[in-house]
Amino acid sequence: MKIDSIQNGIVIDHIPAGKAMQVYQYLKLDEAEGSVALLQNVPSRKHGKKDIIKLDGVTELDWNILAFLAPDCTVNVIADGNTVEKKHLKLPETLTDVIVCKNPRCITTVEPGLHHIFKLANRETGVYRCVYCESAHN
Amino acid sequence: MRHLIDILDLTCEEIDELLDTADSIIENPAAYATRCAGKKLATLFFEPSTRTRLSFEAAMYELGGHVIGFSDAANSSSSKGESVSDTVRVVGSYADIIAMRHFKEGAPMVAAMKSTVPIINAGDGGHNHPTQTLTDLLTIRREKGRLDNLTVGFCGDLKFGRTVHSLISALSRYEGIRFVLVSPKELQVPDYIKDLLTEKELSFIETTDLESTLPEMDILYMTRVQKERFFNEEDYLRLRDSYILTPEKMRLAKQTLSVLHPLPRVNEISVEVDDDPRACYFRQAKNGKFVRMALICKLLEV
Ligand SMILES: [Zn+2]
Repeated sequence: MKIDSIQNGIVIDHIPAGKAMQVYQYLKLDEAEGSVALLQNVPSRKHGKKDIIKLDGVTELDWNILAFLAPDCTVNVIADGNTVEKKHLKLPETLTDVIVCKNPRCITTVEPGLHHIFKLANRETGVYRCVYCESAHN
Repeated sequence: MRHLIDILDLTCEEIDELLDTADSIIENPAAYATRCAGKKLATLFFEPSTRTRLSFEAAMYELGGHVIGFSDAANSSSSKGESVSDTVRVVGSYADIIAMRHFKEGAPMVAAMKSTVPIINAGDGGHNHPTQTLTDLLTIRREKGRLDNLTVGFCGDLKFGRTVHSLISALSRYEGIRFVLVSPKELQVPDYIKDLLTEKELSFIETTDLESTLPEMDILYMTRVQKERFFNEEDYLRLRDSYILTPEKMRLAKQTLSVLHPLPRVNEISVEVDDDPRACYFRQAKNGKFVRMALICKLLEV
């Protein structure tokens, strides 16, 4: 399968297989200015299978959301057809309005107007906790 | 302006100051009898808890202040669908300080974000109950004269017992604390508590056996093993009895042991233990009022 090479944009490589659609949704790539290609189940030497997202004409993304969804992905920034930057992302300290708390006893389930805020509780395990009820998100 | 939502909102120094104030109130209550004259405490109990509410109300009366509030969500504006944020904004225009108990976890934190007066978390679901922890700390310090270098046993439901989690977190900041965690396998402390202890390199053991570990303890914190935590009656009955403190088990303990319990108890401490001088739980309940008096004074800056 061949996708035209990108002139100016971003290639998100090494997304865990099956996760690209979720990344697409959370990053609202349906609203992206440029063209978007989703490649799923691409054979990979490292991981068996992986997903890739190619974005042409897009230069900025919410890196925090991407890091949360696919912390081990590689981001290649392309300018004039060349990779000018390779980014490895770091789990963000705080996630605001990305995920919602699943604890049925959490105040966020009833109180209107609250931001859904999670803090990174453990960088090794990648566990986030709701700032209100401290439940772990998994 | 300060609030108390989580016991860890307070530094160890601030906790020491609060306990010092509580000691001073116990010694000379008359000196505090008009400290909050002209001030109003609102007790907003969206979930009923007679014991905690009475402790707050008695505390405010003994400081010469007044109390307003409600004791049950059915009689409050929240039954009409008013948000926590709106409730505290309105109540804050009548009262100088608010003690809030809510069945939703994180509700007092939301209240604190919007309130113009100090908020005290009087219990939010299975989450935090910092004034219980202050009560426990005051009791330990009054019984033992210190909060460091102690072997502290916790027994019963360590999985769902929020008072246990808060007290472990609070004590983990002091030197030389050893934790002995006694519970059925089904009710062990959650992983995040164990992670905290491991991270801080604190000494702890987990066991199912109270009798063999009791002799090392300086403090024994008993909790209720609730029937609804078990899948079947058989397990419950079998386990319940191994975690009942009796005069026979007390014979195995140090003469200097202090037995604490957040109350109410069901049958996990047999009534014959009540007359043992090592039983501290009724003194502990009384301490709750004094430490709440100290806290109200601190937050009102009087
Ligand atoms: Zn939550």
